[in-house]
Amino acid sequence: MDTFEPQIVAFCCKYCAYAAADLAGSMRLSYPPNVKIVQLPCTGRVDIFHLLKAIEDGADGVYVAGCLEGECHFLKGNLRARKKVEYVKRTLVELGIEPERVEMYNLSSAMGPRFAEIAREMTDRVRELGPSPVKAEAFA
Amino acid sequence: MIIGDRKSLTEILDMIKDCRSILITGCKGCVTVCNVGGLKEVQVLASSLKIARKKEGKSIAIEENLLERQCDPEYIAELADVVHRYDAVLSMACGVGPQFLAEAYPTQKFFPAINTKFFGGATGHGVWEERCAGCGSCVIHNYDGLCPVSRCSKSLMNGPCGGSANGLCEISKDVVCIWDRIVKKKMEQGRLADLLTVMPAKDWSTSRDGGPRKSIREELTQ
Amino acid sequence: MSENKSGSNLERVLRAGHFAFTGECGPPKGANVGHLKEKIAFLKGNVDAVNITDNQTAVVRMSSWAASAIAVQEGVEPNFQMVCRDRNRLAMMSDILGAYSLGARNMLCLSGDHQRFGNHPEAKNVYDIDSLQLIALAKKMRDEEQFMNGEAIDVAPRLFIGAACNPFADPFEFRVYRLAKKISAGADFIQTQCIYNMEKFRLFMKMAVDMGLTEKCFILAGVTPLKSVGMAQYMARQVPGMDVPPGLIDRLKGASKGKAAEEGIKIAIEQIEEFKEMKGVSGVHLMAIEWEHRVAEIAERAQMLPRPPI
Repeated sequence: MDTFEPQIVAFCCKYCAYAAADLAGSMRLSYPPNVKIVQLPCTGRVDIFHLLKAIEDGADGVYVAGCLEGECHFLKGNLRARKKVEYVKRTLVELGIEPERVEMYNLSSAMGPRFAEIAREMTDRVRELGPSPVKAEAFA
Repeated sequence: MIIGDRKSLTEILDMIKDCRSILITGCKGCVTVCNVGGLKEVQVLASSLKIARKKEGKSIAIEENLLERQCDPEYIAELADVVHRYDAVLSMACGVGPQFLAEAYPTQKFFPAINTKFFGGATGHGVWEERCAGCGSCVIHNYDGLCPVSRCSKSLMNGPCGGSANGLCEISKDVVCIWDRIVKKKMEQGRLADLLTVMPAKDWSTSRDGGPRKSIREELTQ
Repeated sequence: MSENKSGSNLERVLRAGHFAFTGECGPPKGANVGHLKEKIAFLKGNVDAVNITDNQTAVVRMSSWAASAIAVQEGVEPNFQMVCRDRNRLAMMSDILGAYSLGARNMLCLSGDHQRFGNHPEAKNVYDIDSLQLIALAKKMRDEEQFMNGEAIDVAPRLFIGAACNPFADPFEFRVYRLAKKISAGADFIQTQCIYNMEKFRLFMKMAVDMGLTEKCFILAGVTPLKSVGMAQYMARQVPGMDVPPGLIDRLKGASKGKAAEEGIKIAIEQIEEFKEMKGVSGVHLMAIEWEHRVAEIAERAQMLPRPPI
C-alpha cells in the first residue's frame, strides 16, 4: 500500500481552475502528477454520467473545479455542478463506496497556489482512502 | 405526464442479483421529460450498476437502449432481435413499460427500475407535483380549476376539513390545503355561492374502483 | 325543531330546552371490556350521552359500534361516531344499521384524522364519501327509509344525526358556511372542536346566530380541560386545527406547583358557565381525555347536575 499512487481525474472549468493550473505552472509550483485534468467550457457541462464513468473506469478520486460561487461565466454552471457532485456522492454511499472520493472545489483563475493545494489535498485524501474498491477488486 | 422516481440502487441490484447481462431500456415519453427514464438516466443507471458489480469483483454486461415509447407495441417490437440476448431487461419507463414488454416477450424477465407515482407536471426545475388522480369523471370545473380528488389528502368533495391550518394540510407542512385555495379563489371571484350546496357522493365506478379500465374509440379501431 | 326524529335521549333533552351535557369515551386498544365499562361507569348519570370515538387519531381501537353497544348494555346512551377514513359507503350503511340495531340512537359523522397521524400510516384510506355526504346518507336512511342507491330499507335506522365543527380551522370566514352546509345536509346537532380561544368562538357564534343556523340545529360547545402546561403546549403546537391562546398557557403556568390541573378545571368551568349564557349554544360537549373519573366533579362544580332523567 506504500506504493499506492491514486489516479485522480479533475474536471476543470477553462475560465478558472484550468487557467489557475496554467498559472501554477508558470509560477513553477509543483503539484502531484496523479491528477489528470479534463478541460471543460464550464463546470455546468459536466454530467453525473461523466463522474460515474470515471469511477467505473478505475479512477480512485474525481473532482470538479469551477469558478467561485457567484462568479460563473454562465451564471449558475458551478452551482449545478455542485448538485451533480452531491448526487454522485449519494450514489457512492448507496453502493458502499466512500463519498469523499468525489468533491467539488471553487477557485478563481488567479489562484494558482490554491490549484496546487487542491491537487495535493485531493491526492492526500484519496491516498488515505486507498485504492478504489471498483478498481482494486475488479482487477484482483 | 406520468411522474416517477427511480428505485434505489439497492433494490435494483437485488432484482438483478442473478443476472450476468442485462438490457436497460428507457423511454422517450413522460419519463424522459421528468428526467427519470430517458437517455441520461439509462447511462447513469448502467454506470452505477457496473460500479457496484466491479466493487464486488464481478462483471456485468449492460446494453443501453432507448425506445420511442414503451406504451405502444409498435416500438416494443424494435427489441425483438436483442431482448433474448440478456438474462433480464430493466425498464426505465412507467409501470406500463415492463408490462407491455412482458406481454410481447413472455419468456424474458422484465424488472421495473422506476416507481411510477402520479399524473402531474413540473412546478419548478426538478420539482413535479400531482394534479390528477385519473378518476375517470373530471370535476375540476366545479372547483375553479383546482382538483380536490387528487390534491386533497382526503379527496373531500365538500371541504375543507377541520385540519386545515394557515393554508396547509393537516398531514404535513409541505402539503398545501387545496380546499383553502378553492375557498379563497371562490371568495375572490365572488362565486362563494358555488360552495354552499352539498356536492353529492362521487361515482367512483369510473375510477380504478370500477376495475381495470379500457378506452375504446370506434373510429380508430381496425 | 319540535318533533322527535329518533328515540334518542340527547334529542329529548335538547328539544325540551335543557342545556345538554355530553361526554366522551375512547374504546380500549384491545378487547378490554372491563376497562371500557369502568370508563363508562364514570360518565353514567353525569352526562346525557357519551361519544364513542371511532379509531380516533387513526389509532386502532375496539370498533365504535361494539363499544356503543356495550355502553347501551351499561345503561349509558352512546353517541356512535363514524369517520369516512376507514369505510366505504357499503360498510358505512351496514354499520349504521348494525349500531342502530344494537341500541345506538345518536350518530356523529366525521371526516376522520388522516392515517398519517395514526399507528398504521401504511394503510390505504377510503374517503369514498365525505362527512357532509355521510350526514346526508344517515338522513336519507332515516327520513326516506332508503339506502344511498334509493333501494328501500326494511326497518330504517332512526338516528339523531350529529356533525362536528371546528371554528378554529382555516379559512375562518368559510367555517360558518361549512356549518350551514352540514345543517342543510341534515345535521340535527353539532359538537364543536375543543374551544380555548373564547374570543374567536364568540365571533363565530355571533355569525351562526345572525345566519339563523342556531334555529335549525343544536350547537354543543366543545370543552377539554387542560391537565398541564405540557398538554396545553402540545395541543397548541401538535394538534391540527387547535387554537390555544398564549394567555391561557400563561394562566396555567401561573398556577402554584401541582395546581395546574385544578386551574385547567377552573378554566373549563368558567367556559361552561359562559356557554350556558351564550346565545345559540344548546349544551356542552366535555371531552375529558383519559380523565373520565373527573367528569362527575366537573359536572357538579359547573352545576350541570342532576341530568334530566332518561
